[in-house]
Amino acid sequence: MKHTISLLVENHYGVMSRISGLFSGRGYNLDSITVGPTQDPSVSRMTLVTIGDDQVIDQIKKRLDNIVDVINVTDLTEKHSLYRELVMVKVQAKSGTRSEIIQMADAFGATVADMGAESIVFQLSGTPDTVEGFLQVMDEFTIEECARGGVIAMEGAKKHREPSQTNTPPTKRTTDTVI
Amino acid sequence: MNGAELIVKGLKAEEVDTIFGYPGGAVIPIFDVLYEDPELQVILTRHEQGAIHAADGYARSTGKVGVAIVTSGPGATNATTGLATANFDSVPLVVISGQVPRNMIGYDAFQEADTAGITRSITKHNYLVTERTDLGRVVKEAFHIAGTGKPGPIMIDVPKDIFTAEDGDDYPESVHIRGYHPSKHGQAEQIQEAAELISQAKRPLFYIGGGMHISGAADVFNRIVDKTGIPTVSSLMGLGILDHARTDFLGMIGMHGTFAANMAVTESDLLCAIGVRFDDRATGDTSKFAPNAQVVHIDIDPSTMDRNIHAHVPIVGDARSVLEKLEPLLTKASLGPWLQQVTGWKKERPLVPPQSNSYLSPGDIIAELNEVFPDAIISTEVGQNQMWASHYYHFKQPRTWLTSGGLGTMGYGFPAAIGAQIGNPDKRVIDIAGDGSIQMNIQELATAVLSKAPVIVVILNNGYLGMVRQWQQMFQDSRYSSTCLKKKGECPEDCTEPGDGCPEYTPDFVRLAESFGAVGIRISKPEQIRPALEQAKGITDKPTFIECIVEPEANVYPMVPPGAGINEMVFED
Repeated sequence: MKHTISLLVENHYGVMSRISGLFSGRGYNLDSITVGPTQDPSVSRMTLVTIGDDQVIDQIKKRLDNIVDVINVTDLTEKHSLYRELVMVKVQAKSGTRSEIIQMADAFGATVADMGAESIVFQLSGTPDTVEGFLQVMDEFTIEECARGGVIAMEGAKKHREPSQTNTPPTKRTTDTVI
Repeated sequence: MNGAELIVKGLKAEEVDTIFGYPGGAVIPIFDVLYEDPELQVILTRHEQGAIHAADGYARSTGKVGVAIVTSGPGATNATTGLATANFDSVPLVVISGQVPRNMIGYDAFQEADTAGITRSITKHNYLVTERTDLGRVVKEAFHIAGTGKPGPIMIDVPKDIFTAEDGDDYPESVHIRGYHPSKHGQAEQIQEAAELISQAKRPLFYIGGGMHISGAADVFNRIVDKTGIPTVSSLMGLGILDHARTDFLGMIGMHGTFAANMAVTESDLLCAIGVRFDDRATGDTSKFAPNAQVVHIDIDPSTMDRNIHAHVPIVGDARSVLEKLEPLLTKASLGPWLQQVTGWKKERPLVPPQSNSYLSPGDIIAELNEVFPDAIISTEVGQNQMWASHYYHFKQPRTWLTSGGLGTMGYGFPAAIGAQIGNPDKRVIDIAGDGSIQMNIQELATAVLSKAPVIVVILNNGYLGMVRQWQQMFQDSRYSSTCLKKKGECPEDCTEPGDGCPEYTPDFVRLAESFGAVGIRISKPEQIRPALEQAKGITDKPTFIECIVEPEANVYPMVPPGAGINEMVFED
């Protein structure tokens, strides 16, 4: 099954290769990996999309957590989460098909990023499903180039206020929990 | 204070007394600081691999963090086998490597290598120091990470200009690492659940491993075994926690495990595994491993849980800490029929040294070591020598057994023995070696001689790479491909036994030892074993090689063929 794992990591050189090296060294599948800074400049967020059975995913999460530079591991697949991906696609568009292509792209909410004599560059950000669907439609025409940004994700906003701390006993398990 | 001086200040703050190392261009500044330093003993090995293994042997036998310094490029790449060995067996090391100056990194400078990249997957953690201001924190963190949680080697790659850069002399007293919080204590409800399962079991069994040595759990575990009467089996790495002589200790499990230990695992209804990771050489076919047992798994590394064997009760924590909480919850069990069964297995198929008419028996030699050196620290190389040592030496104490269990590194035992000897000057340290593996780091004879380390190396010389030859005999129709150590260019390919045309010695270990200033003894008859060991015992200021001419085709039994269940053992008879 596909899992999206979000990591908070130290913003050091070499952290990316520690993470990707874990996957390549142990033969785990890595579908996409994105990284960028967070509101705290010393911390980066990485979003990994990986595929594996429950046992493999369990190992991946535990081994990621064992890496000293990894501050936090969250499996977003188990939570209410939001996923977005950015794509740019250059489609061949000669005078006869041009308006049809633009109309189709518009239906997906894609915008024109650049236009030339024989091609158009669209950009679209949306859920991975939307991006996938858009690319399938564009493939009906001739795609010259395509650049996908990889999935970024985060937990959704909480729909209810947090109960006040004093009224509820702590339910968070200790760090000794087997994660 | 320059960077090199700050590192040395840090080493002293961490109570380091011995450094193993090998200088080179990039580390001249730190060796200069160590020159004439009265507090730090520097042991110059003859190869960087030897330096890391020596620091490893020092660390395993003393429980302290081992320290080594190597230069950039080839110094660092030569260190990698030692790092991987220590990483696999959870040995705390801090290894400092030199790097080319920062302004030359990436320019293919002389002796430049991407040390951090190369060592990333074979260390617990590593650093490339890019700022002089980070240096004190990095050294402090390295010692903390090396020695806590599941220990392991840490590599610190230091560019030469950081060694010489002047800056503050602060060495921090504490560390704060956001992403590093190893679990220690185990969860109370899981420990309670484990205690209940153990108490209800009819055929309970303890299975102990290297984590017991690391956490210092021998005393509390011995109390638990005395209190409950539950029998115990061990992994290769767990030997020495229980006295070999105990009737309730069944020995090692696995590919070369004892009959009693392998049968007990297979028939147990509750397996309490402590400080083990269920290595494939221990479990054999996992679908046939402990098929009737509920498994309680206690280990400090969460990633060992459910990796190879499903744990019904996983407890992530330090073995000692968890056992201390488990002890009061356990009571004397009524296990009459089970204990009769395991004792019966022990009597049915004890370990018997293989015998030979015209050569020495490796098992007899090791058995004799028990008489002359009952409290030695034993190291081994890898292969038959390692398995025979585990079978026939009677371990009694923690941290007296140094062997490369995970990586299986030939060439480990001799430098590890030197490191252990330097860390334990009052003990006798013996490397049980083969004639193949001893040649992998034989250059360290010079280190041992000059350090006056009276390490004894018992070379079980069978003229073969014995374990591979055993597999070839059993599974490849005796096609001894590249395993004969006496094979010359003109030898026939299909040769399966030594003959008159073989070179007598390759090398002559007696003369080789003497050429380094060590003592060399060669024995080939049973009555020579005891006098040779007694002679070595009397030599306390230099190493001794005892070359033993053993049966060329002696095999290690019992043996579980690869892919079989551990109850499917093959015996010599």
